[in-house]
Amino acid sequence: MTAARKKAATKTAVARPSAKAPATRKVAAKKRAAGKPAAGKPAAKKVAAGKPVAKKPVAGKPAAKKPVAKKRPATKPTVKKRVASEAPGKSRAKAKPAARASVARGATSSIGTLMTYALWLELDAVERYRELADAMEMHNNRDVSELFRKMSTIEGKHVDKIMKQMGWTKVPPLPQGAAPWPGFESPETAAHDDVHYLMQPYHALALALKGEERAHRFFESLARAATTPAVRRAATEMAEEEREHVELVRAWMAKVPRPDDDWNDDPDPPRYTD
Amino acid sequence: MNSTATALAAAERPAAACTPATFKSGTKPIWCPGCGDYSVLSSITKAFAMLALKPEETVVVSGIGCSSRIPAYTSCYGFHGVHGRALAAATGVKLARPELTVLVAGGDGDGYSIGGNHFLHACRRNVDMTYIVMDNHVYGMTKGQPSPTTEPDWDSKLAPGGTGVRAFHPLVIALASGANFVARAFAGDPNGTAEILAQAIRHPGFSFVEILSPCVTFRPEQREWKEAVHPASVTVTNDPARAARRVMTDDGFNIGALYAGDRTPFPLGPRRPPIPLTDLEAEFAP
Repeated sequence: MTAARKKAATKTAVARPSAKAPATRKVAAKKRAAGKPAAGKPAAKKVAAGKPVAKKPVAGKPAAKKPVAKKRPATKPTVKKRVASEAPGKSRAKAKPAARASVARGATSSIGTLMTYALWLELDAVERYRELADAMEMHNNRDVSELFRKMSTIEGKHVDKIMKQMGWTKVPPLPQGAAPWPGFESPETAAHDDVHYLMQPYHALALALKGEERAHRFFESLARAATTPAVRRAATEMAEEEREHVELVRAWMAKVPRPDDDWNDDPDPPRYTD
Repeated sequence: MNSTATALAAAERPAAACTPATFKSGTKPIWCPGCGDYSVLSSITKAFAMLALKPEETVVVSGIGCSSRIPAYTSCYGFHGVHGRALAAATGVKLARPELTVLVAGGDGDGYSIGGNHFLHACRRNVDMTYIVMDNHVYGMTKGQPSPTTEPDWDSKLAPGGTGVRAFHPLVIALASGANFVARAFAGDPNGTAEILAQAIRHPGFSFVEILSPCVTFRPEQREWKEAVHPASVTVTNDPARAARRVMTDDGFNIGALYAGDRTPFPLGPRRPPIPLTDLEAEFAP
C-alpha cells in the first residue's frame, strides 16, 4: 500500500467504523484503552399497563461535552473512486429510503400497541447487540464485545420490564401492516455496517447513543401523533426515558478514552489490493 | 401447490413454534464486522420462523465463498458443497427428499461465474427450491478480485482500470432462463428481506432472490447502498417479458418481488412406478 493510499484508507474509516477486515491487531490492541463501561447504565423503561408512571432516577450526570463526531473526508481512496450508483449503463435515480429515520409513521391508538412497539424496539436491540458482540468476539476485540454484550443485557432488562408491567407472558406480534417506523430497522437498532473490527468502546457507545437518540425522536413523534391523551402521555413518558438514556450514554462516553486518530490503522491490513 | 407449500399448509402448528433464534447454530460467523451477510443470516432465520418451519424440515445448501459459510451458522440440515455446485447438490436433495424445504445460498462469484451454468439450468428445470445470492460485486474471500457482477470500470490493483467487461445481469438471466419467482432484496433491510424470502420459499418452483449484500472490506463504497435502495414501485407481475423490461431499465436498486410466474414445477418423486426387479431380470433371461 502506498503511503498516500494508506492515509486515505485510514481517513475513510473514521466517522464511523468501516473499510477493513480482520487481521493482525497487535498494535491496535495496544492502543485500545481499557475503556470499561462505568456505573451509569441506561434505566429500564417504566410504563405500567394502561398509563405511564414515574421516571427512574438518572444514575449518572450527563457529560458536559458533547462527543465529537469525526467527519469523513471528502476524498476517498482512489481505487474505490466509483460508487455503485455511478455504474455505467444504469440510470441511477437518487433514492431516499430514509434508512435510519426515526419519526413514527401514523398515529398509535392504544397503550397496548404503543408498548408493543416499545417492546419490539428493545427486542431488536437485544438481538443486534448480541450479534455485534459475537462478531467482535470472533475478531478478538474483547473490550467492545464485552460492551456490546452488556448493552444487550441492559436492553434485555428493558424487555423484561415491559413484559412484566404489561402482564404479557409471551411476546405480542407487531401489529399487521407497515412497521410504525420508517426505514429498515427499528430506531434503537444499531446498523450491522456501522462497526469495524478495530473499533473501540467509545465507538460502540457512540453507536448506542445514536440508537437512543433515534428512539427518543421516535417516541416524541408518536406522542405528537397520538389521538388519545393516555397514549400521548405514555409516549411522552417513553420519550423522556429515552432522553435519560441518551444522557446516560453520554455520561458513559465521557468516562471512556477517546480513540486516537489512527485507531483503525492496521500494520498488517488484509486489503493488499489498496 | 408445490411440495413446500403443501407441507406448510398441512402443518397445523402454532405460528411461533420456532423463533429465529431456533434456526441459529452455536457457531459464530467469522465474517468481517459490518458485512451484509450477517443481516442475510438474520433474514433467513426470520423467514423460516415466519413460515413456521422447523430446523429438521429445512436444508441450507451452499457453494464456496464468504456467504457460502452460511449453512454452518444455521441449525438446519446443511451442505457446504463444491464451488459453484450448490444448485446441483440442492437439486439432488430436493429430488431425494421432496418434503424438505431447500434453500440454496451463495455469492455472485460462486453462483454466476463458477456456477453460472448450473444457475441457468436450475432456472430451466424449475425444481421447487429457493436460491439466494448475496451479491457484493466482488470475490471477498480471495481478497477482492472482480466478479461477474462487478462494474466494468471498477479500478483495483488486481484489475487496473477495471475489467472492461460488461456486468452480468442475474435477474434478467433468471427470467430468460425460466425461474418462477424473481426478487431483489437488500441486506440492510433484514425484515423486508425476510418477507421476500418467505414469499420466495412459498412460491412453487425455482425462486431466485438477489440480495445486495455490501462487502465493507473490499467495496467500502457499498455502504452507500443503504441510501440508494428503494422499494420497487411496481406490483409483481407474472409476465416475464414485462419483468425483464423493468429490471433492465431500473436503477439496479429496486427491491421487492418483481416476478411470480405460474410455470409448473419440476415433478418431484417417481414419475412412473418402479419396474419390479423380476421384470427386469426376465428381459435378460435366456
